[in-house]
Amino acid sequence: MKKPQLENRHSPAPFLAYIIGFVLSIVTTLAAYFITVKRLWTADALIYIILSLAVVQLIVQIVFFLHIGRGSRWKAISFYFMLFVVLIIVIGTIWIMHNLNYNMMDMSPAEMKEYMHANEGI
Amino acid sequence: MTTRAKEIAETQERKSLGLWVYLMTDCMLFGALFATFATLNTHVGVFGGPSGADLFNLKFVLVETMLLLTSSFTIGLAYLCATRGFKAQSMFWLISTFLLGASFLALELWEFNQLAAEGHGWWSSAFLSAYFVLVGTHGAHIAVGLIWMAVVIFRLLQRNFKQTDVQRLSLLSLFWHFLDIIWIFIFSFVYLIGGMS
Repeated sequence: MKKPQLENRHSPAPFLAYIIGFVLSIVTTLAAYFITVKRLWTADALIYIILSLAVVQLIVQIVFFLHIGRGSRWKAISFYFMLFVVLIIVIGTIWIMHNLNYNMMDMSPAEMKEYMHANEGI
Repeated sequence: MTTRAKEIAETQERKSLGLWVYLMTDCMLFGALFATFATLNTHVGVFGGPSGADLFNLKFVLVETMLLLTSSFTIGLAYLCATRGFKAQSMFWLISTFLLGASFLALELWEFNQLAAEGHGWWSSAFLSAYFVLVGTHGAHIAVGLIWMAVVIFRLLQRNFKQTDVQRLSLLSLFWHFLDIIWIFIFSFVYLIGGMS
């Protein structure tokens, strides 16, 4: 088979990039797994650490595996639009539902008044 | 560059942009499912039933994750070998990817079956509904990816690599990498974080 003619347009990422990406992905996955199983921090801290490790791995995979965005502005634009929509959906939902949960706590009005007084200073 | 080669390159650019836009809309779909899961992964959603901490076997899920991660690596190798004209190696990596993906799917179905057999199916609580829909949607994507991969493999068994085949392979590998990225978030968010509460 002849070599592809378009190499100057789409120069294939070198093997090394894939190997680095693979090793980094495995390291971040195992790190997330072990800090969760061993409970190295409190649950609240663990949530942020696990999510940051996931984002690190996302960036690693985009950089080393996806080799995209070269010469395509529309890909970048649609990517940022997707990010925008997903953040609105996810953060918006969690925010609103958390508030709803909070306001729908199983309490009588008198208990709620007491609770608000104690916790919110109202 | 000849006119013909230029045409091929432009067609490929369009196809790859098309797939990319599809993947972005798919991300929005998964974003909505993740938001649903986050909402229902609470004591209200669990509804007195078992929570993630009671149900998830993290070791098992780690094995699944490693299988999918490795398959994402091997399809990258298949693509690289194809662009360099090594057909035999490329076929080897493609078939390995297929086997890894198929074993991932088999493990996931086994896990679903296990949960359902113990009476913790999608019908038993809002939390489990959200779990099955989110993870099941990813599993359905994997199944479609495997069918696509089988088609590519059969085509390549019959004929030699052409430029267009390499380009098809690049689209397939983009799709597969994307599924791996979604899985990382399922692993972190559903299993690791959901398994703590």
